[in-house]
Amino acid sequence: MSSIQQSLRSRRLGRPLVWGGYALLLAVAPLVFKSGLSLTMLSQMGVAVIACLAFNMLLGQGGMLSFGHAVYSGLGSFFAIHALNYVSAGKLALPVSLIPLVGGLAGMVFAALLGYVTTKKAGTPFAMITLGVGELVAAMALMFPGFFGGEGGISGNRVVGKPVWGISFGPQVQLYYLIAIYAFVCTAAMFAFTRTPLGRMLNAVRDNPERVEFIGYSTQRVRYLSFIASGFFMGIAGGLGALNFEIVTSEVVGAARSGAYLLFTFLGGAGFFFGPIIGAVLLVLANVLLSELTLAWLLYLGLIFMFMVMYAPGGFASLIMMNLRLAAFGQLRRLWTSYLALGGLAAVMLVSAGAMIEMVYHLQLNQALGPKLTFMGAGLDAKTPDSWFGAAFLLATAVALFELTRRHFVRQWDTIQGEIEHEIKAREAEE
Amino acid sequence: MSAALELRDLRKAFGRTEIIRGASLVVNAGERVAIIGPNGAGKSTLFNLISGRFGLSSGDILLGGRSIAGLTPFEINRRGLARSFQVSNLFTRLSVFENIRCALLWSQGHKYAFWKFLADLTATNERAEEVLRMIKLERRRDVLAMNLTYAEQRALEIGITIAGNPEVILLDEPTAGMSKSETARFVELIREVTVGKTLLTVEHDMGVVFGLADKIAVLVYGEVIAFDVPAAVRANPRVQEAYLGSVLAAQQAAEAGH
Repeated sequence: MSSIQQSLRSRRLGRPLVWGGYALLLAVAPLVFKSGLSLTMLSQMGVAVIACLAFNMLLGQGGMLSFGHAVYSGLGSFFAIHALNYVSAGKLALPVSLIPLVGGLAGMVFAALLGYVTTKKAGTPFAMITLGVGELVAAMALMFPGFFGGEGGISGNRVVGKPVWGISFGPQVQLYYLIAIYAFVCTAAMFAFTRTPLGRMLNAVRDNPERVEFIGYSTQRVRYLSFIASGFFMGIAGGLGALNFEIVTSEVVGAARSGAYLLFTFLGGAGFFFGPIIGAVLLVLANVLLSELTLAWLLYLGLIFMFMVMYAPGGFASLIMMNLRLAAFGQLRRLWTSYLALGGLAAVMLVSAGAMIEMVYHLQLNQALGPKLTFMGAGLDAKTPDSWFGAAFLLATAVALFELTRRHFVRQWDTIQGEIEHEIKAREAEE
Repeated sequence: MSAALELRDLRKAFGRTEIIRGASLVVNAGERVAIIGPNGAGKSTLFNLISGRFGLSSGDILLGGRSIAGLTPFEINRRGLARSFQVSNLFTRLSVFENIRCALLWSQGHKYAFWKFLADLTATNERAEEVLRMIKLERRRDVLAMNLTYAEQRALEIGITIAGNPEVILLDEPTAGMSKSETARFVELIREVTVGKTLLTVEHDMGVVFGLADKIAVLVYGEVIAFDVPAAVRANPRVQEAYLGSVLAAQQAAEAGH
C-alpha cells in the first residue's frame, strides 16, 4: 500500500512541477538563445509543437494515420493571413494576437466538412481518404490563385495599428512570446482533452473499435469529433505560422508538410503525450539546421527514420521512458558502458556513411569545383579509391561492431527487465 | 410479467445459406435462459442478430416491447441490452479500471463530453470501483488489460458487459476455455452480477447450463425446437433425439469412467 500512496503523492507533486518546468522553458529559451536565427527557430518550434501534438491526437490517441493533415494547418494559415490583411485594410477590427484563432476556426470548419467523409472509415481506408483529400486541396491551391496567391503566395504585415503596451509584434521576440503562450495553452488544452470522456473513448476506439459499438458509442462519431478538435489546433498552428513568416504559399497544404508532421511525430514518439513535442523540436532542427549543413539532408533524415523504426519504434519518448523506469529501479548505471559503445559506433556509422554520401553529392553537383572536398574537417578526394575505401572500411567495421554490441545489449536489457519484474512481484507480495 | 426480449420468426441468410430459419422465443424479465444446441446450430449468429452486429433477413426483435430490428449495436446497447464475446474483446492498452469506466460512460449520461474531466465524475468512478469489486479484480485495478491472466480477462469481459447496468445481458460462452474449478467459481460470479437481470447465455458445458438456467432453449439448425424448464427439456424426446441425448450420454460415460 505504502508504495502506491508514495507514487500517488509524487504524481500530485510531479504534475505541477512538469508544467511549471515547461512554462519556464518556453519563457527562458529566448534569453539563452539570443541570436536572430535561434529566435526564428524557437518560434517555428512553438508552432510545430502545436501541430505535432494536434496530429498525434489522431495518430497516437486515436490510431488514425492521416496523410493529409497539413490541409488543416495550411487552410488555417491562409485564412489567418487574409484576416491579417483585412485588419491592415481597416475592414476588420481584431487584435493581431487573436489572428491565430481565425486560423483555428478555419481548421475546425474544414475538419468538420472534410472529416465527415474521412472519418466514416478507420484504418487503411481512413489513411487513403486523407491522402486523397490532401492531394485534392493541394491541387485546388494552385487552381484558385485569387485566394491562395498562386506561385507567389499571399503576404501580409503583422505590424498593424498602434502598439498596445509597447507590443507591436514587430520584433521577433515579441512574436515568439505570443507563440509560446499559444503553445502552452494549446498543450494544456490537448492534455486536458485526454482526460475527458471523449478523449478516453478515443483511446478505446484505437484499442478495439468493435467493442466500443457494444458499450453505447458510435466509433464514427468519436473519430469525427476528435478529428474536428485536431483540426482546430492544426489551424491555430497554421495561423501562428502565418504571423511568423508573414507570407503563406501553397506548399503549406502540400504532401511534403503532411509527411513531415507524420515523420517527426513518429520520431518523437506517438505513444506518449509529450513525444510530439520532442518531434517538433527535431522537425525544426532538421528543416533549418540540417538543411543548411548539407544538401543531402532529406537522405540523412530518411536513414535516421529507418533506423528508429527498426530499433526504437516507440520513438525518442519511449526510449526516455524506458530508461527512466530503469533509473527508478537503480539499474541504469549497469548499462552506461553499452550506451557509450552504441552511441560511439552509431556516430562512426553516420560519419562514414556521410562521407560517402557527400562524395556522391559532390561528384554529381559540384563537379566544376574538382574532386576535392572537406567533410567534417577531413580532406576527401572523391575520384581516388583511397577515400572511398577508407570510408567503406570504416562503415563496415562500425556496422559489424554495432550489431555485436547491440546483441549483447539486448541480452543485458532483457536480464534487467526480468529482474525488475521480479522485484515488482516481490513488492506486491509484501503488501 | 412482460417480455424482456422477444424474437419473432427471425431469419438470417448468408448468401443462399439460411443459418437462422424462423427462430421464435419469448424471454420474461428476470429469467435466466441458456441456449444450447449442436455446433453450427446458429447460437452465435442468434446473439449477433439480437445485439445488432448482423442485420436481419426477416422477422422482428422486441426489447421491452419495442422493436430493435435494424438498429446499430450502440443504439441497442443504449436501450439496455449488453453482450459479451466468446473471445475476450477488451481495450488491451487501457487499465482494468479504464476498461470498466469506458463501459459505463454512456449509461452515466456523459456521451461525447470533452468539457468535463473523468476524475471529477464521482458517481461514474464509484460505480466503476463497485463493478471492479463485483468481478473481484479490485487488486488488479491499474494493470493493463493485455497483461491479465486468461481467467481475469474473462472476468473483465463480464465486467464490461454488466458495467452499464443493462436490463438484458447476453453472455457468449462465458466459461469457454476454463478449468473445472475456475468454471464453478465463475458460474457463481455470473449469478451474483446478474441478480435481477434478464440473462441469455450460450453454453456448451451442461453442468453450467443446468446450474445456471431457469429455462433452456434448444436451437437446432436455426430453429428453437424446445424452450422450457431444464427438467422438461431433459425429458423432451425431440431434444433427446436431436442433441441432448448424445451429449448427456457422453457426459455420463465420462463421469462413469472416473
